[in-house]
Amino acid sequence: MQEKPKVSVTRTRRDSAAKEFPFTVDSIPAGGLKDVRVRAWEAFKKFSMPINTDEAWRRTDIRLLPASDFKIPQEGAFEDLPVVPDYLLRPLTGEQHGGQITLLPGGSRVDLDPVLVSKGVIFTDIRTAEREYPELLNKLIGTVVKPEDGKFAALASALAQNGILLYVPKNVVVETPLHSILWGPGVDLAHFSHLIVCVEDGASVTYVHEAASPDEIGHAMHAGIVEIYVGKDASLRFVELQSWGRHVWNFSHERAHVERGGNLDWIFGAVGSRLTKNFSDLDLAGEGSQGRMSGFYFTDGTQHLDHDTQQNHLAPHTTSDLLFKGALKGKSRSVWQGMIYVAPGAQKTDGYQANRNLVLDDQARADSIPGLEILADDVRCTHGATVGKLEKEPLFYLKSRGIPQTDAERLVVEGFFDPIMQRIPFEGVRERFQQAIKDKLSA
Amino acid sequence: MSQLEIKNLHVSIEDKEILKGLSLTINQGEIHAIMGPNGTGKSTLAYTLMGHPNYTVTEGEIIFKGQNVLELEPDERSRAGIFLAFQYPVAIPGVTVANFLRTALNARRRAANPEDKGMPILDFRKMLKEKMDMLKMDHAFAGRYLNDGFSGGEKKRAEILQMAALKPEIAILDETDSGLDIDALRIVSEGVNALAGPDLGVLVITHYQRLLNYIKPNFVHIMLDGRIVESGGADLALHLEEQGYDWVREKYEETAEA
Repeated sequence: MQEKPKVSVTRTRRDSAAKEFPFTVDSIPAGGLKDVRVRAWEAFKKFSMPINTDEAWRRTDIRLLPASDFKIPQEGAFEDLPVVPDYLLRPLTGEQHGGQITLLPGGSRVDLDPVLVSKGVIFTDIRTAEREYPELLNKLIGTVVKPEDGKFAALASALAQNGILLYVPKNVVVETPLHSILWGPGVDLAHFSHLIVCVEDGASVTYVHEAASPDEIGHAMHAGIVEIYVGKDASLRFVELQSWGRHVWNFSHERAHVERGGNLDWIFGAVGSRLTKNFSDLDLAGEGSQGRMSGFYFTDGTQHLDHDTQQNHLAPHTTSDLLFKGALKGKSRSVWQGMIYVAPGAQKTDGYQANRNLVLDDQARADSIPGLEILADDVRCTHGATVGKLEKEPLFYLKSRGIPQTDAERLVVEGFFDPIMQRIPFEGVRERFQQAIKDKLSA
Repeated sequence: MSQLEIKNLHVSIEDKEILKGLSLTINQGEIHAIMGPNGTGKSTLAYTLMGHPNYTVTEGEIIFKGQNVLELEPDERSRAGIFLAFQYPVAIPGVTVANFLRTALNARRRAANPEDKGMPILDFRKMLKEKMDMLKMDHAFAGRYLNDGFSGGEKKRAEILQMAALKPEIAILDETDSGLDIDALRIVSEGVNALAGPDLGVLVITHYQRLLNYIKPNFVHIMLDGRIVESGGADLALHLEEQGYDWVREKYEETAEA
């Protein structure tokens, strides 16, 4: 890979980095992952706080992150915090789910269909996994996302009290979707999560994960890791929804590794948080592997969402297809920075990336930065990026049919998102997002 | 009886006066045609009646059913019973014809009764299919994105479909014949004729006489330089077909200059 151009600092600014975290090596939870966590802590110590002269952080300013105020939730902390609302627990993918996990500050609830248990499917929270499947967990953890990937990856890796282990054994087809909720209420709290998904050769599963919290006064943060392994000819559909409260600073490092003939359908939906910085990498590591990444986001107020995506074609005959669409209201801001990388020898690859933005207010701003880095010569890679405004003529046309202004705007915005909704085969997920569109437009 | 009354209407776009004192009254049950050369303000009249924000009324009145139309937003005008079939219908990507029409119908119901739960989906589908059959449209049309990638004929048919579904009391057809081949013209005209009747007033705006072979007007008006200069019966259109607009220009532009 070519070396990225270095950014040179020509002036120094006082107070140019956020305060440091108060955590120490003693903050590491006890349990079967202790060694892994201590190694991650070592990596964490080497990272300084990202500043906006770091290439990946140029457009996302975290100087106001009150890192030194954050505490890790105590065991059972959820008992004194707002409870998870019922609507989050309803299945988003049809009548029922094959399993559901609720991750809470200092606790969790796990439920899995006994039929899946008998097939060897593991779907449990990380504390249980540390006790019951320590070997498997130690084998999988840190193989796809490494603590060295970034400061927040290292921090989450060292301190994650919450997490999921989803393991689908070879050739097992899980028919009913699995569902997990990370519920992170409370202020001055740092929530850490670590999701590990391993779909072995020939297996298949659909998994929906949602991170959410109520809006509260003050600050909170979440740092998360998502590690995905899709084996040979295996298939994973993974839906991630983010509806953090508006006081939450949200950081995540996510990567999927797809083996030969494997298929990943990865869907992102983001409507929450004060600020999000998300790194999502797709590694098409095996010949003929395929990955689709579909994202929707809708920001308002002063929200700032930054999605950094990477489609890495590391083997021949691999296919990737990325479409991220976002709408922005108020003074909010979005950043999408995408890269398609084609490794030497990854011939006959087909890579596509597109980012479309609809800016609804003059003071909102969308940055869209596509990129290609192609080191093979027989490939097809295309990209596109657009930032558009709500136009007058379509609105007039809709109004001329008796549709009031707000409904007309909603129709145009829903229409804008329709190509993404078409990629989401779950009515529940679509409805959730349509509700968010309604709420945000009428706010 | 619903009556649309336009009195001494003056309209400007960006300080350029386009309509210069136009008066016209249309009753329900009547079909009026406005003809005139390009650039004479025909489409300006259509857009102004619907309330397009780019057009500024500087003088005059538009009264519909006793209401001052100029005080109403475009959506309120529509719900009051005014309909405009656009010369250039606008594409709304991602919004299907069915979704759009259902939203429009439900907006009407909610305006009448804020508690309304919306039209039952089965009733809506049945209604939509009937209207599509009338216009000889494939039912798959309902699932297409509104005007997105439609051919000229499909766009005009979609306009008449909306008119059929929304049941206006006054319909303005702005150059509905433009871009239509003879078959499409016939189907669209048959659609309009099927909707015409004692409850509908129609204003057909057209450059050419050919549409009036299919939609028979009771009154024909000739527009020139922002005003109606001649009014008459259907024979006036035939006269224009034979003589063109030159005689109108000669007759009125000279007096205007004199």
